[in-house]
Amino acid sequence: MTHFSALSLLKNALTGNKNWAPQWPDSQPKAEYDVIIVGAGGHGLGAAYYLAKEHGITNVAVIDKGWLGGGNTGRNTTIIRSNYLYDESARLYDHALDLWDGLSQDLNYNVMYSKRGVLMLAHNVHDVQSFKRHIHSNRLNGVDNRWLSAQEAREFCPPLDISPTARFPVLGAALQNRAGTARHDAVAWGYARAAAMRGVDIIQNCPVTAIRRGPDGHVTGVETARGFIGAKKVAVSAAGHTSVVMDTAGVRLPLESYPLQALVSEPVKPVLPCVVMSNTVHAYISQSDKGELVIGSGTDQYTSYSQRGGLPLIEHTVAAICEIFPIFNRMRMLRKWGGIVDVTPDRSAILGKTPVPGLYVNCGWGTGGFKATPGAAHMLAWTVAKDEPHAINAPFTLERFGTGRLIDEAAAAAVAH
Amino acid sequence: MLLIHCPYCAQTLPELEFTYAGEAHIARPDASSPVSDEEWRNFLFIRTNVKGPHYERWRHSHGCGRFFNAVRDTVSDRFLITYKAGEKRPELSDLLEKSK
Repeated sequence: MTHFSALSLLKNALTGNKNWAPQWPDSQPKAEYDVIIVGAGGHGLGAAYYLAKEHGITNVAVIDKGWLGGGNTGRNTTIIRSNYLYDESARLYDHALDLWDGLSQDLNYNVMYSKRGVLMLAHNVHDVQSFKRHIHSNRLNGVDNRWLSAQEAREFCPPLDISPTARFPVLGAALQNRAGTARHDAVAWGYARAAAMRGVDIIQNCPVTAIRRGPDGHVTGVETARGFIGAKKVAVSAAGHTSVVMDTAGVRLPLESYPLQALVSEPVKPVLPCVVMSNTVHAYISQSDKGELVIGSGTDQYTSYSQRGGLPLIEHTVAAICEIFPIFNRMRMLRKWGGIVDVTPDRSAILGKTPVPGLYVNCGWGTGGFKATPGAAHMLAWTVAKDEPHAINAPFTLERFGTGRLIDEAAAAAVAH
Repeated sequence: MLLIHCPYCAQTLPELEFTYAGEAHIARPDASSPVSDEEWRNFLFIRTNVKGPHYERWRHSHGCGRFFNAVRDTVSDRFLITYKAGEKRPELSDLLEKSK
């Protein structure tokens, strides 16, 4: 496979761009692998990459029921930040942020990570107090986050309406400068290409129908639409479908799957320089490099696997956006879609071992898994390779729901992730 | 938007009148006997999260205010039945037979 560089671009431009090689082969399943990863999203592909790169395990397959990056990796609003309240979360998400920093160079693939800043708006006294608490907690953990007055917020993000008569008055905002966005598809493609270069098989359009266990309880492989594939270790990273897959191994999880929606507008010239989030009115918005406004909505109130979601949520979100940014009230929306997110009771991920020997799980990222992609992948690879969690993901066990040692970001963050 | 039939009001109304209230038929462990951590975990946190017909609770919060149960297919979001709280859990095979 070609190493991307200015030289390779130039060479291919001169030959009419006819000699580019495919970025990864369409692999056929072998009879057995050392590790099978179920789910070819950013997390699963990334884990395969780090297994090969850092742990020397290259006899790995990533299997997906659809095409790679076609689930939540391709459906999110691409926001990256790490300003979580609790120490455990701050460590995990900030580890991801550290990896985002060098990711394009590491993968030799431009993931378009843009540190444009995430501005979280405070609309009432409770917001002000809670955000300031977050900022102090973040700073103690070495996580970048600071407080802006309403005027400063407006200077950072000019289209913002901070007039005192606004429907949702802005009393100030928390700003994480290091936060921003990345090109979500490129993350999946970059990891897929880099993993395939190291010998990982990526098997698409091949649903895993069951996880098989031997008489001793240890994992022996997976049943798929293309027959049985043996494996010494299996890691499930299947987002909204994790419950369904894990159920076949006899592991029941504290997960519920909800549709989460997003929408984009027609493309316009650059108008919004950063990401703006409002937890209170539940709206978040940024502008893509193509010029579309990318707007995140909420989850439906009911569990579902429909990948659609209801219109009332879109209406609510767009109404809130128009109040905060009156400038956008004539924008036309082009598309809306839904992804199925797996939500845990404490809104923190489950990343580690399971009661089944040789079976690992990475799930429960709920409405905010994209930002964690490199960190989650890195920790999952470590856990699978060493058969024990890294210090960073050690608190994110499945057992915490029995012991009560929850990481309660649900209470801390209230809504938007 | 879902259209939901309230078995108390005997009316089919828009989803906005209702509040989802989680999986149905989950019994609280009997506290008169010692309850293990695992039983509490299962009661509080573990859910079937099924892909297909799902037994769930709804509340007609902007109507009669009462809780009732429903079976909804989580793939199509189509309701197979709604029934009053306290009524026997309907057999799935009967419901699927009827909906054919």
